[in-house]
Amino acid sequence: MKFLISMHINPAVLDALTDEEKEAIGAGHGAFIEALKESGELITTQALVDPSQAAVVAIRNGQPVVTDGPFLEAKEYLGGFYLIDCENKDRAIELALQIPDAAIEGLGLEVRQVMFADGLLEA
Amino acid sequence: MTVPSIEDLLRELTPQVLGVLVRRHGQFEGCEDAVQEAVLAATVQWPTEGVPNHPRSWLLTVASRRFIDQLRSDHARRVRELATATEVIPEDVPDTDDTLVLLFLCCHPTLTAASQTALTLRAVGGLTTAEIARAFLVPEATMAARISRAKQRIKAAGSSFSLPDGAEREERLAVVLQVLYLIFNEGYTASSGSELHRADLAREAIRLVRMVHGQLPEDSEVTGLLALMLLTHARREARTTAAGDLIPLDEQDRTKWDRELIDEGLELAKASLAGPALGPYQLQAAIAATHADAVTAEETNWQQVHALYLILERIAPNPMVTLNRAIALAETKGPAAGLALLSRLDRDERMAGHHRLLSVRAHLLEKSGDQAGAYEHYRRAAKSTASLAEQRYLELRASQLKA
Repeated sequence: MKFLISMHINPAVLDALTDEEKEAIGAGHGAFIEALKESGELITTQALVDPSQAAVVAIRNGQPVVTDGPFLEAKEYLGGFYLIDCENKDRAIELALQIPDAAIEGLGLEVRQVMFADGLLEA
Repeated sequence: MTVPSIEDLLRELTPQVLGVLVRRHGQFEGCEDAVQEAVLAATVQWPTEGVPNHPRSWLLTVASRRFIDQLRSDHARRVRELATATEVIPEDVPDTDDTLVLLFLCCHPTLTAASQTALTLRAVGGLTTAEIARAFLVPEATMAARISRAKQRIKAAGSSFSLPDGAEREERLAVVLQVLYLIFNEGYTASSGSELHRADLAREAIRLVRMVHGQLPEDSEVTGLLALMLLTHARREARTTAAGDLIPLDEQDRTKWDRELIDEGLELAKASLAGPALGPYQLQAAIAATHADAVTAEETNWQQVHALYLILERIAPNPMVTLNRAIALAETKGPAAGLALLSRLDRDERMAGHHRLLSVRAHLLEKSGDQAGAYEHYRRAAKSTASLAEQRYLELRASQLKA
Protein backbone atom coordinates (compact mmCIF):
# COMPACT_ATOMS: atom_id res chain seq x y z
CA MET A 1 0.00 0.00 0.00
CA LYS A 2 1.26 3.40 -0.91
CA PHE A 3 1.16 6.28 1.51
CA LEU A 4 2.22 9.89 1.40
CA ILE A 5 3.72 11.20 4.61
CA SER A 6 3.53 14.97 4.28
CA MET A 7 5.57 17.22 6.49
CA HIS A 8 4.05 20.48 7.59
CA ILE A 9 6.66 22.97 8.62
CA ASN A 10 6.34 26.06 10.77
CA PRO A 11 9.24 28.46 10.07
CA ALA A 12 8.88 30.12 13.48
CA VAL A 13 9.25 26.75 15.17
CA LEU A 14 12.28 25.84 13.05
CA ASP A 15 13.95 29.21 13.67
CA ALA A 16 13.63 28.74 17.42
CA LEU A 17 15.69 25.51 17.32
CA THR A 18 19.37 25.46 18.24
CA ASP A 19 21.96 24.56 15.62
CA GLU A 20 22.47 21.21 17.31
CA GLU A 21 18.76 20.50 17.15
CA LYS A 22 18.64 21.42 13.47
CA GLU A 23 21.59 19.17 12.76
CA ALA A 24 19.94 16.34 14.62
CA ILE A 25 16.85 16.73 12.45
CA GLY A 26 18.95 16.58 9.28
CA ALA A 27 20.82 13.50 10.50
CA GLY A 28 17.54 11.90 11.56
CA HIS A 29 16.07 12.33 8.08
CA GLY A 30 19.26 10.94 6.53
CA ALA A 31 19.12 7.82 8.68
CA PHE A 32 15.40 7.44 8.04
CA ILE A 33 15.93 7.60 4.26
CA GLU A 34 18.70 5.00 4.41
CA ALA A 35 16.57 2.63 6.49
CA LEU A 36 13.60 3.03 4.12
CA LYS A 37 15.79 2.37 1.09
CA GLU A 38 17.22 -0.75 2.64
CA SER A 39 13.85 -2.17 3.60
CA GLY A 40 12.49 -1.55 0.11
CA GLU A 41 9.75 0.78 1.32
CA LEU A 42 10.89 4.10 -0.12
CA ILE A 43 9.46 5.22 -3.45
CA THR A 44 10.69 8.78 -3.33
CA THR A 45 11.15 11.74 -1.02
CA GLN A 46 11.30 15.39 -1.93
CA ALA A 47 11.66 18.64 -0.01
CA LEU A 48 10.35 21.99 -1.24
CA VAL A 49 11.87 25.47 -1.28
CA ASP A 50 10.65 28.17 1.06
CA PRO A 51 7.00 29.15 0.45
CA SER A 52 8.09 32.73 -0.20
CA GLN A 53 9.38 31.36 -3.54
CA ALA A 54 6.00 29.93 -4.54
CA ALA A 55 3.87 31.31 -7.37
CA VAL A 56 0.09 31.06 -7.14
CA VAL A 57 -1.45 30.68 -10.58
CA ALA A 58 -5.02 31.01 -11.79
CA ILE A 59 -7.04 31.97 -14.85
CA ARG A 60 -9.50 34.80 -14.31
CA ASN A 61 -11.69 36.16 -17.13
CA GLY A 62 -9.66 34.03 -19.54
CA GLN A 63 -6.41 35.67 -18.46
CA PRO A 64 -3.60 34.09 -16.48
CA VAL A 65 -3.09 35.65 -13.05
CA VAL A 66 0.18 34.89 -11.27
CA THR A 67 0.89 36.17 -7.78
CA ASP A 68 3.62 35.48 -5.23
CA GLY A 69 2.74 32.58 -2.92
CA PRO A 70 1.93 30.90 -0.69
CA PHE A 71 -1.69 30.02 -1.47
CA LEU A 72 -2.69 29.13 2.08
CA GLU A 73 -2.34 31.81 4.72
CA ALA A 74 -1.29 29.58 7.56
CA LYS A 75 1.53 29.26 10.05
CA GLU A 76 2.42 25.83 8.65
CA TYR A 77 3.19 25.03 5.04
CA LEU A 78 4.04 21.90 3.07
CA GLY A 79 7.78 21.45 3.43
CA GLY A 80 8.21 18.08 1.78
CA PHE A 81 7.03 14.50 1.70
CA TYR A 82 7.91 10.83 1.77
CA LEU A 83 6.13 8.55 -0.69
CA ILE A 84 6.34 5.02 0.66
CA ASP A 85 5.04 1.55 -0.20
CA CYS A 86 4.52 -0.59 2.88
CA GLU A 87 2.47 -3.41 4.37
CA ASN A 88 -0.47 -1.43 5.79
CA LYS A 89 -1.54 1.80 7.47
CA ASP A 90 -0.20 0.68 10.85
CA ARG A 91 3.25 0.28 9.34
CA ALA A 92 2.99 3.68 7.61
CA ILE A 93 2.18 5.28 10.95
CA GLU A 94 4.99 3.36 12.64
CA LEU A 95 7.39 4.72 10.00
CA ALA A 96 6.08 8.28 10.26
CA LEU A 97 6.77 8.20 13.99
CA GLN A 98 10.45 7.62 13.17
CA ILE A 99 10.68 10.97 11.36
CA PRO A 100 12.44 13.51 13.62
CA ASP A 101 9.67 16.09 13.06
CA ALA A 102 7.31 13.84 15.03
CA ALA A 103 9.03 14.75 18.29
CA ILE A 104 8.92 18.52 17.73
CA GLU A 105 5.93 20.52 18.93
CA GLY A 106 4.53 22.69 16.15
CA LEU A 107 5.68 20.52 13.23
CA GLY A 108 3.00 18.39 11.60
CA LEU A 109 3.16 14.94 10.00
CA GLU A 110 0.22 13.56 8.07
CA VAL A 111 -0.18 10.01 6.70
CA ARG A 112 -2.59 9.43 3.80
CA GLN A 113 -3.02 6.51 1.42
CA VAL A 114 -2.42 7.05 -2.29
CA MET A 115 -5.45 6.50 -4.52
CA PHE A 116 -4.16 7.16 -8.00
CA ALA A 117 -0.70 7.20 -9.52
CA ASP A 118 0.75 7.70 -12.95
CA GLY A 119 4.16 8.58 -14.40
CA LEU A 120 7.01 7.83 -12.05
CA LEU A 121 5.55 4.55 -10.85
CA GLU A 122 4.75 3.17 -14.29
CA ALA A 123 8.40 2.08 -14.41
CA MET B 1 9.62 -21.29 -31.09
CA THR B 2 7.76 -18.05 -30.50
CA VAL B 3 8.72 -15.50 -27.90
CA PRO B 4 5.80 -16.07 -25.47
CA SER B 5 6.48 -19.79 -25.34
CA ILE B 6 10.13 -19.14 -24.50
CA GLU B 7 8.85 -17.03 -21.66
CA ASP B 8 6.53 -19.82 -20.50
CA LEU B 9 9.33 -22.35 -20.71
CA LEU B 10 11.67 -20.14 -18.69
CA ARG B 11 9.01 -19.56 -16.04
CA GLU B 12 8.54 -23.29 -15.73
CA LEU B 13 12.24 -24.09 -15.57
CA THR B 14 13.34 -21.29 -13.23
CA PRO B 15 12.21 -22.89 -9.94
CA GLN B 16 13.46 -26.31 -11.06
CA VAL B 17 16.94 -25.04 -11.82
CA LEU B 18 16.99 -22.94 -8.66
CA GLY B 19 15.87 -25.95 -6.64
CA VAL B 20 18.74 -28.08 -7.95
CA LEU B 21 21.29 -25.37 -7.20
CA VAL B 22 20.02 -24.63 -3.69
CA ARG B 23 19.87 -28.33 -2.89
CA ARG B 24 23.52 -28.64 -3.89
CA HIS B 25 24.93 -25.48 -2.36
CA GLY B 26 22.41 -24.52 0.30
CA GLN B 27 22.89 -20.81 -0.35
CA PHE B 28 19.55 -19.51 -1.45
CA GLU B 29 20.70 -15.94 -1.86
CA GLY B 30 23.65 -16.58 -4.16
CA CYS B 31 21.88 -19.32 -6.12
CA GLU B 32 18.89 -17.11 -6.74
CA ASP B 33 21.09 -14.35 -8.16
CA ALA B 34 22.88 -16.85 -10.39
CA VAL B 35 19.64 -18.31 -11.74
CA GLN B 36 18.26 -14.85 -12.46
CA GLU B 37 21.37 -14.07 -14.49
CA ALA B 38 21.06 -17.34 -16.39
CA VAL B 39 17.40 -16.61 -17.17
CA LEU B 40 18.30 -13.14 -18.38
CA ALA B 41 20.99 -14.63 -20.63
CA ALA B 42 18.42 -17.06 -22.03
CA THR B 43 15.94 -14.25 -22.64
CA VAL B 44 18.55 -12.50 -24.74
CA GLN B 45 20.03 -15.51 -26.56
CA TRP B 46 17.20 -17.98 -27.16
CA PRO B 47 14.96 -15.81 -29.36
CA THR B 48 17.82 -15.20 -31.82
CA GLU B 49 19.94 -18.33 -31.48
CA GLY B 50 17.12 -20.76 -30.90
CA VAL B 51 16.13 -22.76 -27.84
CA PRO B 52 18.82 -25.33 -26.93
CA ASN B 53 17.93 -29.02 -27.17
CA HIS B 54 18.12 -29.38 -23.41
CA PRO B 55 17.01 -26.00 -22.08
CA ARG B 56 17.05 -27.12 -18.46
CA SER B 57 20.66 -28.34 -18.69
CA TRP B 58 21.59 -25.14 -20.48
CA LEU B 59 20.16 -23.05 -17.66
CA LEU B 60 21.74 -25.28 -15.01
CA THR B 61 25.15 -25.00 -16.64
CA VAL B 62 24.99 -21.23 -17.06
CA ALA B 63 23.59 -20.69 -13.56
CA SER B 64 26.27 -22.96 -12.07
CA ARG B 65 28.98 -21.02 -13.86
CA ARG B 66 27.60 -17.74 -12.58
CA PHE B 67 27.44 -19.16 -9.11
CA ILE B 68 31.06 -20.31 -9.31
CA ASP B 69 32.07 -16.87 -10.57
CA GLN B 70 30.44 -15.40 -7.50
CA LEU B 71 32.35 -17.79 -5.26
CA ARG B 72 35.61 -16.94 -6.99
CA SER B 73 35.05 -13.28 -6.26
CA ASP B 74 34.33 -14.16 -2.67
CA HIS B 75 37.79 -15.23 -1.55
CA ALA B 76 36.91 -16.50 1.90
CA ARG B 77 34.39 -19.00 0.60
CA ARG B 78 36.45 -20.07 -2.35
CA VAL B 79 38.53 -22.77 -0.77
CA ARG B 80 35.61 -24.15 1.15
CA GLU B 81 33.12 -24.42 -1.66
CA LEU B 82 34.77 -24.35 -5.05
CA ALA B 83 35.36 -28.07 -4.98
CA THR B 84 31.70 -28.97 -4.78
CA ALA B 85 30.58 -26.15 -7.02
CA THR B 86 32.66 -27.28 -9.96
CA GLU B 87 31.39 -30.83 -9.95
CA VAL B 88 29.26 -31.68 -12.94
CA ILE B 89 25.57 -31.55 -12.10
CA PRO B 90 23.73 -34.69 -13.18
CA GLU B 91 20.72 -33.98 -15.34
CA ASP B 92 18.44 -36.53 -13.73
CA VAL B 93 18.04 -34.73 -10.42
CA PRO B 94 14.37 -34.98 -9.44
CA ASP B 95 12.79 -31.53 -9.73
CA THR B 96 9.21 -32.07 -8.60
CA ASP B 97 9.70 -31.61 -4.88
CA ASP B 98 12.20 -28.81 -5.26
CA THR B 99 9.72 -26.33 -6.67
CA LEU B 100 7.46 -26.91 -3.69
CA VAL B 101 10.36 -26.60 -1.25
CA LEU B 102 11.32 -23.32 -2.91
CA LEU B 103 7.79 -22.04 -2.53
CA PHE B 104 7.83 -22.87 1.18
CA LEU B 105 11.16 -21.08 1.50
CA CYS B 106 9.92 -17.94 -0.28
CA CYS B 107 6.83 -17.83 1.94
CA HIS B 108 8.96 -18.05 5.06
CA PRO B 109 6.97 -16.87 8.10
CA THR B 110 9.65 -14.39 9.16
CA LEU B 111 9.03 -12.32 6.01
CA THR B 112 6.38 -9.65 5.55
CA ALA B 113 3.59 -10.41 3.10
CA ALA B 114 5.02 -7.88 0.64
CA SER B 115 8.39 -9.66 0.72
CA GLN B 116 6.84 -13.11 0.45
CA THR B 117 4.90 -12.15 -2.66
CA ALA B 118 7.87 -10.43 -4.29
CA LEU B 119 10.25 -13.30 -3.60
CA THR B 120 7.74 -15.94 -4.71
CA LEU B 121 7.12 -14.16 -8.00
CA ARG B 122 10.85 -13.92 -8.64
CA ALA B 123 12.22 -17.26 -7.44
CA VAL B 124 9.26 -19.51 -8.19
CA GLY B 125 7.35 -17.47 -10.77
CA GLY B 126 10.46 -16.59 -12.74
CA LEU B 127 9.50 -12.94 -13.14
CA THR B 128 12.24 -10.33 -13.30
CA THR B 129 12.55 -7.68 -10.61
CA ALA B 130 11.50 -5.07 -13.18
CA GLU B 131 8.33 -7.00 -14.02
CA ILE B 132 7.42 -7.40 -10.35
CA ALA B 133 8.10 -3.71 -9.72
CA ARG B 134 5.78 -2.82 -12.62
CA ALA B 135 3.05 -5.11 -11.36
CA PHE B 136 3.12 -3.49 -7.92
CA LEU B 137 3.72 0.02 -9.29
CA VAL B 138 6.90 0.71 -7.40
CA PRO B 139 10.32 1.74 -8.75
CA GLU B 140 12.63 -1.13 -9.62
CA ALA B 141 15.17 -0.01 -7.00
CA THR B 142 12.48 -0.28 -4.30
CA MET B 143 11.56 -3.80 -5.38
CA ALA B 144 15.21 -4.85 -5.71
CA ALA B 145 15.88 -3.70 -2.14
CA ARG B 146 12.81 -5.55 -0.89
CA ILE B 147 13.85 -8.81 -2.56
CA SER B 148 17.41 -8.51 -1.39
CA ARG B 149 16.27 -7.87 2.19
CA ALA B 150 13.95 -10.87 2.00
CA LYS B 151 16.80 -13.14 0.90
CA GLN B 152 18.98 -11.90 3.75
CA ARG B 153 16.21 -12.65 6.23
CA ILE B 154 15.84 -16.20 4.94
CA LYS B 155 19.57 -16.66 5.25
CA ALA B 156 19.51 -15.29 8.80
CA ALA B 157 16.62 -17.58 9.73
CA GLY B 158 18.90 -20.49 8.81
CA SER B 159 16.15 -22.40 7.08
CA SER B 160 17.06 -25.79 5.69
CA PHE B 161 16.17 -26.70 2.13
CA SER B 162 13.56 -29.32 2.87
CA LEU B 163 9.83 -29.64 3.31
CA PRO B 164 8.69 -29.16 6.91
CA ASP B 165 6.91 -32.10 8.59
CA GLY B 166 3.57 -32.65 10.27
CA ALA B 167 1.85 -29.71 11.93
CA GLU B 168 4.52 -27.27 10.79
CA ARG B 169 3.92 -28.35 7.23
CA GLU B 170 0.21 -27.55 7.56
CA GLU B 171 0.93 -24.12 9.00
CA ARG B 172 3.52 -23.32 6.36
CA LEU B 173 1.27 -24.52 3.55
CA ALA B 174 -1.43 -22.17 4.86
CA VAL B 175 1.04 -19.28 4.53
CA VAL B 176 1.97 -20.39 1.00
CA LEU B 177 -1.70 -20.45 -0.02
CA GLN B 178 -2.28 -17.07 1.58
CA VAL B 179 0.61 -15.57 -0.37
CA LEU B 180 -0.69 -17.02 -3.63
CA TYR B 181 -4.18 -15.73 -2.86
CA LEU B 182 -2.69 -12.29 -2.13
CA ILE B 183 -0.93 -12.28 -5.51
CA PHE B 184 -4.20 -13.26 -7.18
CA ASN B 185 -6.14 -10.53 -5.41
CA GLU B 186 -3.51 -7.95 -6.23
CA GLY B 187 -4.09 -8.82 -9.86
CA TYR B 188 -7.84 -9.07 -9.57
CA THR B 189 -8.58 -5.89 -7.64
CA ALA B 190 -5.82 -3.37 -7.28
CA SER B 191 -5.99 -2.24 -3.64
CA SER B 192 -5.62 1.30 -4.87
CA GLY B 193 -5.36 3.09 -8.15
CA SER B 194 -7.48 3.28 -11.25
CA GLU B 195 -6.56 0.00 -12.87
CA LEU B 196 -8.88 -2.76 -11.80
CA HIS B 197 -7.46 -5.67 -13.72
CA ARG B 198 -3.86 -6.58 -13.39
CA ALA B 199 -4.64 -9.84 -15.08
CA ASP B 200 -1.02 -10.94 -15.37
CA LEU B 201 -0.66 -11.28 -11.61
CA ALA B 202 -3.97 -13.15 -11.38
CA ARG B 203 -2.88 -15.52 -14.14
CA GLU B 204 0.50 -16.00 -12.53
CA ALA B 205 -1.14 -16.85 -9.21
CA ILE B 206 -3.36 -19.40 -10.96
CA ARG B 207 -0.34 -20.92 -12.67
CA LEU B 208 1.47 -21.28 -9.34
CA VAL B 209 -1.55 -22.79 -7.57
CA ARG B 210 -1.94 -25.22 -10.47
CA MET B 211 1.64 -26.25 -9.93
CA VAL B 212 1.08 -26.78 -6.19
CA HIS B 213 -2.12 -28.67 -6.99
CA GLY B 214 -0.15 -30.87 -9.40
CA GLN B 215 2.19 -31.83 -6.57
CA LEU B 216 -0.40 -32.05 -3.78
CA PRO B 217 -3.52 -33.25 -5.63
CA GLU B 218 -4.95 -34.75 -2.42
CA ASP B 219 -4.89 -31.50 -0.46
CA SER B 220 -8.47 -30.19 -0.38
CA GLU B 221 -7.51 -26.61 0.50
CA VAL B 222 -5.12 -26.38 -2.46
CA THR B 223 -7.88 -27.74 -4.69
CA GLY B 224 -10.34 -25.32 -3.12
CA LEU B 225 -8.06 -22.34 -3.67
CA LEU B 226 -7.55 -23.27 -7.32
CA ALA B 227 -11.32 -23.62 -7.77
CA LEU B 228 -11.92 -20.28 -6.07
CA MET B 229 -9.41 -18.51 -8.30
CA LEU B 230 -10.76 -20.05 -11.50
CA LEU B 231 -14.38 -19.24 -10.63
CA THR B 232 -13.45 -15.66 -9.74
CA HIS B 233 -11.19 -15.17 -12.74
CA ALA B 234 -13.96 -16.47 -15.01
CA ARG B 235 -15.98 -13.33 -14.25
CA ARG B 236 -13.27 -10.83 -15.16
CA GLU B 237 -14.74 -9.78 -18.55
CA ALA B 238 -18.16 -9.17 -17.02
CA ARG B 239 -16.87 -7.27 -14.02
CA THR B 240 -16.27 -3.87 -15.57
CA THR B 241 -17.66 -1.70 -18.36
CA ALA B 242 -15.49 -0.75 -21.33
CA ALA B 243 -14.79 2.49 -19.46
CA GLY B 244 -13.49 0.53 -16.47
CA ASP B 245 -16.50 1.05 -14.20
CA LEU B 246 -17.43 -1.72 -11.78
CA ILE B 247 -20.44 -3.93 -12.45
CA PRO B 248 -21.80 -5.71 -9.35
CA LEU B 249 -22.39 -9.46 -9.46
CA ASP B 250 -26.18 -9.20 -9.81
CA GLU B 251 -25.92 -6.89 -12.83
CA GLN B 252 -23.19 -8.75 -14.72
CA ASP B 253 -23.86 -10.17 -18.18
CA ARG B 254 -23.37 -13.82 -17.26
CA THR B 255 -22.91 -14.87 -20.87
CA LYS B 256 -19.56 -13.06 -20.63
CA TRP B 257 -18.37 -15.41 -17.91
CA ASP B 258 -15.64 -17.75 -19.11
CA ARG B 259 -17.49 -21.06 -19.39
CA GLU B 260 -14.36 -23.16 -19.63
CA LEU B 261 -12.89 -21.74 -16.41
CA ILE B 262 -16.25 -22.12 -14.66
CA ASP B 263 -16.59 -25.76 -15.66
CA GLU B 264 -13.10 -26.53 -14.44
CA GLY B 265 -13.69 -24.51 -11.27
CA LEU B 266 -16.98 -26.27 -10.53
CA GLU B 267 -15.38 -29.66 -11.01
CA LEU B 268 -12.51 -28.78 -8.65
CA ALA B 269 -14.84 -27.21 -6.07
CA LYS B 270 -16.85 -30.41 -6.02
CA ALA B 271 -13.73 -32.54 -5.72
CA SER B 272 -12.38 -30.42 -2.85
CA LEU B 273 -15.60 -30.82 -0.83
CA ALA B 274 -15.19 -34.59 -0.97
CA GLY B 275 -12.12 -34.28 1.29
CA PRO B 276 -12.15 -35.18 4.99
CA ALA B 277 -12.09 -31.67 6.50
CA LEU B 278 -13.58 -28.33 5.44
CA GLY B 279 -11.24 -25.37 5.09
CA PRO B 280 -11.85 -21.70 4.30
CA TYR B 281 -10.78 -21.92 0.64
CA GLN B 282 -13.05 -24.89 -0.02
CA LEU B 283 -15.97 -22.99 1.48
CA GLN B 284 -15.23 -19.83 -0.49
CA ALA B 285 -14.94 -21.95 -3.61
CA ALA B 286 -18.30 -23.56 -2.78
CA ILE B 287 -19.84 -20.06 -2.45
CA ALA B 288 -18.33 -18.97 -5.78
CA ALA B 289 -19.61 -22.22 -7.30
CA THR B 290 -23.14 -21.48 -6.05
CA HIS B 291 -23.03 -18.12 -7.81
CA ALA B 292 -21.57 -19.72 -10.93
CA ASP B 293 -24.41 -22.25 -10.96
CA ALA B 294 -27.05 -19.54 -11.29
CA VAL B 295 -27.83 -18.69 -14.92
CA THR B 296 -29.39 -15.40 -13.78
CA ALA B 297 -28.85 -13.44 -10.57
CA GLU B 298 -32.48 -14.16 -9.57
CA GLU B 299 -31.83 -17.89 -9.63
CA THR B 300 -29.04 -17.65 -7.05
CA ASN B 301 -29.51 -20.16 -4.24
CA TRP B 302 -29.10 -17.64 -1.41
CA GLN B 303 -30.11 -20.20 1.22
CA GLN B 304 -27.07 -22.21 0.28
CA VAL B 305 -24.80 -19.14 0.11
CA HIS B 306 -25.95 -18.13 3.57
CA ALA B 307 -25.44 -21.63 4.99
CA LEU B 308 -21.90 -21.72 3.58
CA TYR B 309 -21.04 -18.30 5.04
CA LEU B 310 -22.37 -19.51 8.39
CA ILE B 311 -19.97 -22.46 8.37
CA LEU B 312 -17.14 -20.22 7.17
CA GLU B 313 -17.88 -17.80 10.01
CA ARG B 314 -17.59 -20.69 12.46
CA ILE B 315 -14.32 -22.18 11.22
CA ALA B 316 -12.61 -18.89 10.29
CA PRO B 317 -14.28 -15.98 12.13
CA ASN B 318 -13.67 -12.70 10.36
CA PRO B 319 -15.77 -9.52 10.14
CA MET B 320 -15.60 -9.62 6.32
CA VAL B 321 -17.26 -13.03 6.36
CA THR B 322 -20.02 -11.72 8.64
CA LEU B 323 -20.44 -8.78 6.26
CA ASN B 324 -20.93 -11.11 3.32
CA ARG B 325 -23.29 -13.28 5.33
CA ALA B 326 -25.41 -10.18 6.01
CA ILE B 327 -25.89 -9.76 2.25
CA ALA B 328 -26.98 -13.39 1.90
CA LEU B 329 -29.22 -13.10 4.96
CA ALA B 330 -30.90 -10.02 3.49
CA GLU B 331 -31.63 -12.01 0.32
CA THR B 332 -33.29 -14.84 2.25
CA LYS B 333 -34.87 -13.10 5.27
CA GLY B 334 -35.19 -9.53 4.05
CA PRO B 335 -33.05 -6.36 4.45
CA ALA B 336 -34.02 -5.79 8.10
CA ALA B 337 -32.42 -9.11 9.10
CA GLY B 338 -29.27 -8.17 7.18
CA LEU B 339 -29.13 -4.73 8.80
CA ALA B 340 -29.54 -6.28 12.26
CA LEU B 341 -26.52 -8.47 11.61
CA LEU B 342 -24.52 -5.44 10.44
CA SER B 343 -25.14 -3.67 13.74
CA ARG B 344 -23.05 -6.39 15.37
CA LEU B 345 -20.11 -5.29 13.20
CA ASP B 346 -20.38 -1.67 14.37
CA ARG B 347 -18.79 -2.76 17.62
CA ASP B 348 -15.86 -4.39 15.81
CA GLU B 349 -12.83 -2.11 15.83
CA ARG B 350 -11.55 -3.55 12.57
CA MET B 351 -14.73 -2.54 10.76
CA ALA B 352 -15.53 0.88 12.22
CA GLY B 353 -15.75 3.33 9.32
CA HIS B 354 -14.66 0.64 6.83
CA HIS B 355 -15.95 1.45 3.35
CA ARG B 356 -17.23 -2.11 2.84
CA LEU B 357 -19.42 -1.92 5.94
CA LEU B 358 -20.72 1.48 4.79
CA SER B 359 -21.46 0.31 1.26
CA VAL B 360 -23.20 -2.90 2.34
CA ARG B 361 -25.32 -0.91 4.79
CA ALA B 362 -26.15 1.55 1.98
CA HIS B 363 -27.18 -1.36 -0.23
CA LEU B 364 -29.42 -2.89 2.45
CA LEU B 365 -30.95 0.49 3.38
CA GLU B 366 -31.75 1.00 -0.30
CA LYS B 367 -33.45 -2.41 -0.41
CA SER B 368 -35.46 -1.57 2.70
CA GLY B 369 -36.73 1.64 1.08
CA ASP B 370 -34.71 4.09 3.19
CA GLN B 371 -33.51 6.29 0.32
CA ALA B 372 -32.06 9.07 2.47
CA GLY B 373 -30.13 6.63 4.67
CA ALA B 374 -28.84 4.77 1.61
CA TYR B 375 -27.73 8.02 -0.05
CA GLU B 376 -25.88 9.11 3.07
CA HIS B 377 -24.07 5.75 3.41
CA TYR B 378 -23.13 5.49 -0.28
CA ARG B 379 -21.56 8.96 -0.02
CA ARG B 380 -19.68 8.05 3.15
CA ALA B 381 -18.49 4.77 1.60
CA ALA B 382 -17.28 6.65 -1.49
CA LYS B 383 -15.20 8.92 0.72
CA SER B 384 -13.68 6.00 2.62
CA THR B 385 -12.48 3.76 -0.22
CA ALA B 386 -8.96 3.87 -1.66
CA SER B 387 -10.11 2.42 -5.00
CA LEU B 388 -11.05 4.91 -7.71
CA ALA B 389 -13.26 2.40 -9.55
CA GLU B 390 -15.15 1.60 -6.37
CA GLN B 391 -15.49 5.28 -5.58
CA ARG B 392 -16.98 6.00 -9.02
CA TYR B 393 -19.45 3.13 -8.55
CA LEU B 394 -20.54 4.26 -5.09
CA GLU B 395 -20.98 7.86 -6.22
CA LEU B 396 -23.07 6.63 -9.13
CA ARG B 397 -25.34 4.67 -6.78
CA ALA B 398 -25.72 7.75 -4.59
CA SER B 399 -26.58 10.00 -7.53
CA GLN B 400 -29.14 7.50 -8.83
CA LEU B 401 -30.91 7.69 -5.48
CA LYS B 402 -31.01 11.46 -5.56
CA ALA B 403 -32.51 11.54 -9.06
